[in-house]
Amino acid sequence: MAAASEASVRWIAEPKIGFWERMYLPAIFEGLQTTVTHMFAPKVTEQYPEQEPTLPSNYRGVHRLNRDDEGRVKCVACYMCSTACPAHCIDIVAAPAPADWGPGREKYPEMFVIDELRCIFCGMCEEACPVDAIEMTSLYDLTGLSREQMIFDKEKLLSVFDETVRAGTDPIRTRSGNLGPAAELPMI
Amino acid sequence: MIEFNLLFVLVLIAIVVVSILTVAGGATLAERKVSAWMQDRVGPDRVGPLGTLQPLADGIKMFLKEDIVPKHVDKLFFVLGPILSCAIAMMGLTLIPVGPSTPAPAPVPLENGVVTQAAVDTFTAQMTAYQKADNYSIASGIDIGILFSFAVGSLAVYGIILGGWSSNSKYALLGSLRASAQIISYEIPLGMSIVGLILFTGSLNLEKIIDWQANNGWFILYQPLAFLLFITSVYAECNRLPFDLPEAEQELVGGYHTECSSMKFGFYMIGEYTHMISTSFLMAICFFGGWHFPGISMVDGYLGAFLKFGILMSKVGGFLLLYLLVRWTIPRFRFDQLMGLAWQVMFPLALINLVFVIIIREYDLSNWILTGISGGLFFGAAILSTREVDNKRRKVSYS
Repeated sequence: MAAASEASVRWIAEPKIGFWERMYLPAIFEGLQTTVTHMFAPKVTEQYPEQEPTLPSNYRGVHRLNRDDEGRVKCVACYMCSTACPAHCIDIVAAPAPADWGPGREKYPEMFVIDELRCIFCGMCEEACPVDAIEMTSLYDLTGLSREQMIFDKEKLLSVFDETVRAGTDPIRTRSGNLGPAAELPMI
Repeated sequence: MIEFNLLFVLVLIAIVVVSILTVAGGATLAERKVSAWMQDRVGPDRVGPLGTLQPLADGIKMFLKEDIVPKHVDKLFFVLGPILSCAIAMMGLTLIPVGPSTPAPAPVPLENGVVTQAAVDTFTAQMTAYQKADNYSIASGIDIGILFSFAVGSLAVYGIILGGWSSNSKYALLGSLRASAQIISYEIPLGMSIVGLILFTGSLNLEKIIDWQANNGWFILYQPLAFLLFITSVYAECNRLPFDLPEAEQELVGGYHTECSSMKFGFYMIGEYTHMISTSFLMAICFFGGWHFPGISMVDGYLGAFLKFGILMSKVGGFLLLYLLVRWTIPRFRFDQLMGLAWQVMFPLALINLVFVIIIREYDLSNWILTGISGGLFFGAAILSTREVDNKRRKVSYS
């Protein structure tokens, strides 16, 4: 088949080489000029750990379990986060909430365990939660001395909350009632 | 006979070797810092103040790393390759003057076929002055200076061939063959570009070359084309960009030091940087007048020696910086382009340049004609090599 007859083919010729480019040396000097100007340009390196990186506000770091106004865990053990998690790193055991928590709270998580080593830090749990109970903080430099140390249980996750709120790095983001916005009954 | 003071020479050797190792280590740091600055980064700056102890840390790491000798290699040559590379590169430094130098006196000239007493007296006076002067090089007064340097540099191929061949691995063998082909091809323009200089000075002695330039002007003014050929050949000899293919093959496949761990690799690197330093010295001495600078360098005594040393070192430092700058400026040559450049471009240019130098010297014409001829040759070569070529072999035909 004759390719030249196809009207849809656009033939592009090589760009013509100019006179000074043929002289070879001016092009090299131009290149040297570029590199030398970059030598004196400001550098983009951040001197970690003296200089902490500036994180975006929706940074996905270590998880925390939020408390409500009365200091109780906000999570209602609906299993939505553990279902959404692609790495299956969240384990929850639900239990009836204590009676003095009020009629609005039926369930609470008796056991809430996240394996931080399996977590891929995708943020699906944070997006799935209807009551804004699980959030990802801006802590990125977590370390542990053993694998067991990195499996965070409920007390550890709540303590992350206490720590970050106290330190002011990740303030409380939602304050709507005892539960989150999804728990508001619709106005009929 | 020149007086030979064994202790002085031994001390000089020790000083030069230690300082060369230090400077080669510093060159690795300079390479990393300058490359970083060109890429908008800060180089290594954690180990010492501004990272100055980084080469020390690298050296300690190389000594403490596990030295792996695989079972399938030829053990003798595997270990010999890097040692050769490093030792030969250091041998090339023996006759390079690192400070002020005085040339040996010319032989007594005949006047009408008779040796006159006056000529002998001037010779004796010059000889005593020469023997009293300090020559700051390990082996001074070698009359085949540059030839020795090039001969020793040619031996550097052995380090590469042995390293690659003994590794008993296809990739290492191919890499080392390519590297050795490159080095051997570029030795010819290297030597021929210098012959143009030799015809002016009449001697291969490095000190006499500097002396000629101090009296008549730097060679860069009269033979810029030879300088261009020299600098290109020397970049190819040191396996530096843009002739980086033997080294880049590590990133791609594997080069002649694929199988070498820790200190063997360290020796290859020291050899390469030492080669860079010695060729920078050669460039500064042959084309830019060495320690000569119009006006400043005519001072005598210790201040003069200090000034001359400083001038030479700044020229050498400038050339080393050029090595580092060009690395990140120009893209790499492909292997066939590399060989084509050596044999089809640089060798004819060097030959034609040499012919013109012969003509100028024979008829005692002005040296400045050569500058114009160099420019014209370069212009002609550039125009010739980039003309539109109707390459029927490469055209794809649609039928």
